[in-house]
This record gives sequence, C-alpha cells and structure tokens, in this order.
Amino acid sequence: MNVTRGFTGRPRVHHPGLPPGQYDAGDDWPVLSAEVTPDLAPADWTFRVDGLVERPLTWDWDEAHALPESAYEGDIHCVTSWSKFGVRFGGVSLDAFLHVVRPHVSATHAVAYSHTGYTTNLPLSDLTGGRAWIAFEYEGKPLAPEHGGPARLLVPHLYFWKSAKWIAGIRLLDHDEPGFWEQNGYHARGNPWEEQRYSGD
Amino acid sequence: MTETFTPLTRFDVPGRIAVSNRAAAAWQTATLTEVRRETPYASTFRFAVPGWAGHLPGQHLMLRLTAEDGYVAQRHYSIASAPDDAGHIELTLDHVEGGEVSGWFHTVARPGDEVEVRGPLSGFFAWTGDRPALLIGAGSGVVPLMSMVRHHRARGLDVPLRLLVSARGPQELIYAREYGAETTPVFTRSAPEGVPVGRMAAAHVAPLLSEQPPGGWEAYVCGSNAFAEHASRLLVAAGQPVERIRIERFG
Repeated sequence: MNVTRGFTGRPRVHHPGLPPGQYDAGDDWPVLSAEVTPDLAPADWTFRVDGLVERPLTWDWDEAHALPESAYEGDIHCVTSWSKFGVRFGGVSLDAFLHVVRPHVSATHAVAYSHTGYTTNLPLSDLTGGRAWIAFEYEGKPLAPEHGGPARLLVPHLYFWKSAKWIAGIRLLDHDEPGFWEQNGYHARGNPWEEQRYSGD
Repeated sequence: MTETFTPLTRFDVPGRIAVSNRAAAAWQTATLTEVRRETPYASTFRFAVPGWAGHLPGQHLMLRLTAEDGYVAQRHYSIASAPDDAGHIELTLDHVEGGEVSGWFHTVARPGDEVEVRGPLSGFFAWTGDRPALLIGAGSGVVPLMSMVRHHRARGLDVPLRLLVSARGPQELIYAREYGAETTPVFTRSAPEGVPVGRMAAAHVAPLLSEQPPGGWEAYVCGSNAFAEHASRLLVAAGQPVERIRIERFG
C-alpha cells in the first residue's frame, strides 16, 4: 500500500451497496456519452431483437409498452467511480422480449446497439433472469434524452456503460464480440464488485 | 451459425487507437515535481513517471490517492502535456468544492509527493495529428485539447487545427499565455475591453465550418455536460457530420 502523504479523504461511508473504488454521487447523475445526443422521438423509436433467435422481431413504442410493466429500484455504478443509490427506473423486463423471440440454445452472448450506433457486448446470462430492462422512465418521469431517453437498456448489476442509451436492438450471438468501449480498452464484462474496469482487470 | 455484428449507424467513429492493456492495468508511482498556478481555481501538476509508456493527445489516465487506513480515492483526469515529454506528464486540475482528490492537490500536495497512476486510457478521444481538428472546450475541458495544440506545435504539423475555448473571463482562462493564432477565446461573463461577452454561439462555429479544410474537420468537444450538449448542437446545426464529433464530458 502506497500511502499518500497528508491524504485523509472524505468521511468513510460504510455502505454495503458501495462496490470497491466507488463513491456516492448523491443527487448528481453525471452524463458521459461520447456521441451527440440524438433527437429521437418516441414515435421514431424502435427496438429489435434478432440474431440467434426463433422469431426475430421489432417493437415500436406502443407495442413495447403493451408488454408487462416492470420496475427496477436499486443502485447504479459508473466505471468513472460514481455510484448512485436508490434510483427507480420503469420499463419492461428484457425477459418479456426474449420470451417472444425465443433464443436458440446456441446463443451465449449479445451485442446491444443504440440508435446512434453505440454498441456494447454482454453475456446473454447477464440479460436474463430479471436482471435487465428496457427503461422508459426515471423516478416516474420520461427518461431524459441525455440519459438515453426515450428508451435505454438497463443492466444495473454491471458498470453503466453496458446500459446502452437510445437502445435500438439486441443481437444474440454464439460468441463474444467487443462493443464500443470494449474495443477502447474497457473490460468485456464490467462487474463493479470485482472492479472489472479495464481489459486485464 | 456464426455471424459478425455490424450495426447500422450514424455514429461509427471507430476505436482508432489501440490501447495497451498492459499499460492500462498496472499502477505506477508518479512523483510530483512542479506546481504551476494557471488561474485562481486551476493549477497544473507536473509528475515524473519513469515507466510511462507514452500517450496520445486527448487520452486520460486514472489517478489514485491512498489514506493511512487503506481508503482509496480514484479519478479519471485528462492529460494536459504533449506526448513527447519523455517520462513526464502534466495534469491541470480545477479545485472542486469539497473534492477530496482535487482538494488534496490544491491544499496539501507539494513537490516530492507520490501518487499512483494507470494509463493511458481510452483511444476514443485521442488525436494522432493525422487529420484536421476542430477543438471546442470550456473551463478545464480545454485540458485534453491543449495536449493536441501542444502536440501540433511541438511537431510543427501542417494539418489545420483550430481551438474555440470558453471561459467566464480572462482571469479564468486556463493556458491564456500559451494560445496563438489557432485559438479564439469566448468569454461568458467578463472580457477585455472591445471583446464581446456572451455564450458560445453559431457565429463562432459557422465560419470554421464554412472554411473547411479538404476532407473536413474531426471535431473534439470537452466540458461540462451542459456545455457539451450546447456545443455539439452548434456543430450539428453548422453542418458538422454527427459521426465526426467526439465528446468528452466531465463526470
């Protein structure tokens, strides 16, 4: 351990929900997208699931909202070191979409992609079992464009770059294929509890 | 059945720079050698990092401080210095109110102190000097852009480069003494006599896009989220293709 002379740091927070190396951002919700925020109206939004599935399908805004509602209440963690506690997103569980398209048994991974072209890769097992959502609302209000509105992927148990903003689709593959940040040196999975920030962590 | 995935995209900026996973994974000791005040709120911290693998203008690093009880605080910071400064890197940090890391730098740190860094990280915002660059920054958002300006100068590059930098006033303009003909400062609260005061506007951006170099500009925007949203909209409105705008937001 290399102690920094004279550094004490902020008061210690013994929050069991805070992963290693993270701090509580409080009321802040920093925006870190690398591209221009798109001008995307709900009427122009679509979401497609295809690749290794029985029945590829595209949902529009109304069709996606006809699926059963599901909310996430909990914490989110950004690789840049902030975490945010007790947030609430409203949307639809990704399981509801996958149930309709029926993934092949050969499907092991997925690439999520945005209407901007942003991509991120995930093991399929991180998207199933009630751990991933398509989110339309934040704290009961429509999700703001800079936070991915009208709809973003939400995978809160991984670092937040996996929760692709302006989600356009998910393609199921039989192999892992690095997405945008993953090609730029970031970790393939991004589990905050194991501090999987960068490739090699 | 194996397929590769290629998204249909407007934002197809590829990861242009291969990042060394080994360099990014290892923490190295950085020894503070010099502190230079830039503005009442920002100072430049120069470090000796003997094992530094080098970086490209626009890249950042992760820095960590460790308290006696093992508590660690780590932050991403853009690198201000040009790549050619062998074994040395410079960071320019705002004194953030209540900031545990920037607070330590501005009130405790002195030459000889050791911190730890890993990097360089992320090739997305990097500029290799190969294409015309239009740089737009505000406040300490000018830091990674200054690395590009310094690189351009140090190498004597011919490729066009322009910098629009927004600051509240002349006192708050970081690197004020270093700018040359490539730079246009924009002052939002107070300005020297004869210089208009106001937010960055279409009138600043449009002329640069109406006189584009062959092949057009690569645009790099850095600042707060509010500034980045504003500046990127100005660029799009002036005709800059969305897929050729890279944005780095504070956070």
